[in-house]
Amino acid sequence: MMKRTIEPFWWSLFGAGGTLAALFIPITLFINGLAIPLGWLAAPDYENVLQMARHPLARTYLFLLISLSFYHWAHRFRFTLYDGLQLKHLNLLIAVICYGGATVGTVAAAYTLINL
Amino acid sequence: MAVESLAGNVSETPATGQTVTLEVFRYRPEEETEPVYQAYEVPVHKDWVVLDALNHIKDHLDGTLSYRWSCRMGVCGSCGMMVNGDARLTCATFVESLLPGPIRVEPLENFPVVRDLVIEMTDFMEKLESVKPWIIRDEEKPLEDGEYLQTPAQLADFEQFSMCINCLLCYAACPVYGLEPGFTGPAVIALAQRYNLDSRDQGAGERNAVLDTDEGIWQCTLVGECSEVCPKDVDPAAAIQRYKVSSTLQWYRNLLMPWSSK
Repeated sequence: MMKRTIEPFWWSLFGAGGTLAALFIPITLFINGLAIPLGWLAAPDYENVLQMARHPLARTYLFLLISLSFYHWAHRFRFTLYDGLQLKHLNLLIAVICYGGATVGTVAAAYTLINL
Repeated sequence: MAVESLAGNVSETPATGQTVTLEVFRYRPEEETEPVYQAYEVPVHKDWVVLDALNHIKDHLDGTLSYRWSCRMGVCGSCGMMVNGDARLTCATFVESLLPGPIRVEPLENFPVVRDLVIEMTDFMEKLESVKPWIIRDEEKPLEDGEYLQTPAQLADFEQFSMCINCLLCYAACPVYGLEPGFTGPAVIALAQRYNLDSRDQGAGERNAVLDTDEGIWQCTLVGECSEVCPKDVDPAAAIQRYKVSSTLQWYRNLLMPWSSK
C-alpha cells in the first residue's frame, strides 16, 4: 500500500534530533561551556582534541548530533511559521527553506568533519 | 412546577449569601446578527457548579437561555462550555473556585454556534464515523465458537482511550483544529486508537487510510492542550503520538521492504 504522505520521514528526523539534542547537547555544553572554562576539568590541548574528534566514532557522533539537531529545528520552525504566524499559503516555500536549511547544515557539517 | 423539582434538588444546598455575576454568551439568530453578552446575578450556593448556576438562570431569571446538559455527573459529555476562556464541563466546575467572578460562560470554541451556548457538532460526528469506531473483523468467527477472549493486559492496551465521552473539550482547546478545520482532531484519533489497539480488531488498515494522512495524525503538532482539558484522562495527545510512532515504523518498513506491504 502506498503511503499518502512523507510526514513520517520528517517526523522521524525531528524525533531523533530532539532525543539526541536533549540528551547530549547539555553534556557537550556542560563540558565545553562550564567545566573546562571554570577549571573543574583540566583544559585539553588543541592537538589532543583534534585527534579525538578525528576518531571515526567521534566524527559519526558529531555528524549525527549536528545534522539531526538541524532537522529537529527545521521541523519545529516549519510549524512555527505555518501555524504560529499562519503562513500556510507559503507551505511549500517554508518547507523548502526549513528542510533545505537543515540539508545545507548537514552538508556543511559533513564537509567540515571529513576535512578535519 | 415539574421543572422546579429538578432545580429544587440542587437548591437544597445552603445559599452562602453571596452572589456572583455570570456573563453569558447570547446568540438568538432571529433577533440579532451579532452575539451579545448578558449578565445575570446568581446566588451562590455551597457546592454549586456552573451548570447549577445556568439552571438557576433558566428556571428563575430567563427561560430563553439555551444550552445542552443531561447527566450532571461528568458522564454524558453534553455540558462542555468555555468557562472564563477554558474548555470545561460545567457540571464539574465549581462556582466557589471562580469567586468573586464575574464568570464568563461561552459556547465551545472552534465550533459554529446554533444558539446561545449550543454548538453545531456535525463536523465531529462525520469525522468520528469516518474512522469506523467499531470492531472490524476480516471474517467473523461462527457464533458457536464463542466469544473473542481478551486478557487483562490486552484490555489495558486500549481501555484508557475508551473512556472518551465525546464532550468536545479537546476540540475547543486544540489550536490546530482552530486553524485547520479539516484536522481529524484529538477525540476521533483517540477513539480510532481505542479500536486499533484492541486485540479483537483488524481494521487498522482501513483507519490508516483516513488517519495516516496530512489531515489526520500528521496535522497534530503536539501542543498537548487536548490532554490538559480532557475530563476523563483519555490523553488524546499520547494516542496521537503513539499513532505517529507506529505509522513511522510502517513507513520505513514499506520503504525498505516494499514487497512486504499490503
